[in-house]
Amino acid sequence: MNINLRPGRHWLYIPLIAMAIFYLLPMYVIIITGFKSFAEIDLKTMWDLPKGIALDNYIEAWTKLSPSLRNSFLMVIPATLISSALGSLNGYVLAKWKFRGSDLIFPFILFGMFIPYQSIMIPLVQFMNGAGISGLPGLALAHIIYGIPITTLTFRNYYASLPQELLEAAKMDGATMLGIYRYILLPISLPSFVVVLIWQFTSAWNDFLFAVILTGNREWPITVALNNMAGSQIISWNVQMAGSLLAALPTLLVYILLGRYFLRGLLAGSLKG
Amino acid sequence: MSRDKDRFLNILLISPSILAVLIFVYVFIGWSVRVSLSKWKGLTADYTWNGINNYLELFKDPRFHVDIRNTVIFTGVFVFGSIILGFILAVMLDQGLKGEGFFRSLFLFPMAISYIVTGVVWRWLMNPAAGSRTSGFNLLFTNVGLDSLVNQWHTTPTWGIAAIALAAIWQMSGYTMALYLAGLRAIPLELKEAARIDGASEFQIYRRIMLPLLSPVTLSALIILGHMSLKVFDLIIAIAGKQLPLDVPAIYMWQVTFDGLFYGKGAAIGILLLISVAVLIIPYIRYTLKTEAQS
Repeated sequence: MNINLRPGRHWLYIPLIAMAIFYLLPMYVIIITGFKSFAEIDLKTMWDLPKGIALDNYIEAWTKLSPSLRNSFLMVIPATLISSALGSLNGYVLAKWKFRGSDLIFPFILFGMFIPYQSIMIPLVQFMNGAGISGLPGLALAHIIYGIPITTLTFRNYYASLPQELLEAAKMDGATMLGIYRYILLPISLPSFVVVLIWQFTSAWNDFLFAVILTGNREWPITVALNNMAGSQIISWNVQMAGSLLAALPTLLVYILLGRYFLRGLLAGSLKG
Repeated sequence: MSRDKDRFLNILLISPSILAVLIFVYVFIGWSVRVSLSKWKGLTADYTWNGINNYLELFKDPRFHVDIRNTVIFTGVFVFGSIILGFILAVMLDQGLKGEGFFRSLFLFPMAISYIVTGVVWRWLMNPAAGSRTSGFNLLFTNVGLDSLVNQWHTTPTWGIAAIALAAIWQMSGYTMALYLAGLRAIPLELKEAARIDGASEFQIYRRIMLPLLSPVTLSALIILGHMSLKVFDLIIAIAGKQLPLDVPAIYMWQVTFDGLFYGKGAAIGILLLISVAVLIIPYIRYTLKTEAQS
């Protein structure tokens, strides 16, 4: 914290509030449009406040999007849990059990986090078809595997920050490798798990590219369904706005409740922290 | 005895992940390279050797030239905009004002939502319709008397992609702010104090002392944002769909492969994207791991 606040700084609130308005404008439009009645909907009055609280738009958007919201949850939950668990084990081995070549394995895994998925897209689709894995399980599998680099990175950095003496002492007492993980590291890994779970939840929920390529229309997750709704001429913009809020709500809630951990995941993603 | 067992166990624990990454990243890249060197066009796989013809065709392809131009404009506007805005926000929030946490969360929240949501909303905010059908930002500008700012947004010829970059800046500038803020917090306060005692103005302190000290952060931001702009896809699709003037390599790859079934060419675009990302990312990973090993 910077303690040396000097009195002349209050003018800074002017640009800060102006920027806050800029960041909030799209949310303002989403929310007020959602609450307008169908009779009030007009692009010319899109910035005006609603005359009352109507739920027409949300009801219509919900009817159209609820199956795909369900699909998103069905796919995101296993994807998040499994890739986080794998990341924790990998991080433990890479940070605390150096073996020959382990220093090469880490960057080898890390690179997978940055590749443009267009470069593996054709083989991925061929592989999924060949293996008979389709739809949501295939999508979940893609998120698990392409999530391994970031989850491994976060846990590896956390475990590397713990003193080696912790392990040595446990080894002296005869603890096994798995015992050390289970009884010493796992209980203090909760904050890292929160960071990784949030990160994986957010990125799998928000993903569009894998989803559009690996799923058909009955299994569309929310991003694909919303995009198709927005691209159709039949569904009007006000319903699209309401649908956007439904699509954004789960990750926004996680962000509002656990923002601190979200930030840590973000910094880890740049290989920092 | 138990040492050997441990050694065996730790390799056993990590090998499923290594195998998965090996196959889904490296084998698949090799496979894509092979497809890019083939004549595969159509639903059934065809690995007939085609040399580097798919690549040569791309370099002559006017659509690919549009893609490169758009990527350059997008990268320039997005990376520069996010870095400048993120730095300014971080410096303002570093002054110890009340409500800092509130503003920080607010500037960062767009990161939690998807490009698709951002795109769907910005598509209506950047509505280019004129006259009585004016809406979105253009309507807002007219209402507050800033008519000169009214523009065609993403439908502007040649520069339309810059409007998409504006939406991307809205989404990602909080991220650069967070990077810079973390960087600023890591600089010892005494440095600032010493400069103040020497009579440096606040502006000079940030310009002459903080900014150079933050150059590793700027480098990270450049590389992370730069590689994101090479991959931009969802945001353009959600704002404009697949339109030729706003085409980028990721969209071209998708269309040529899954709509046009020209797998050889699609794979070639994917590999070119991979090479451009790798040029940025591999030195970055090496540099980061090296600095980490030194500290």
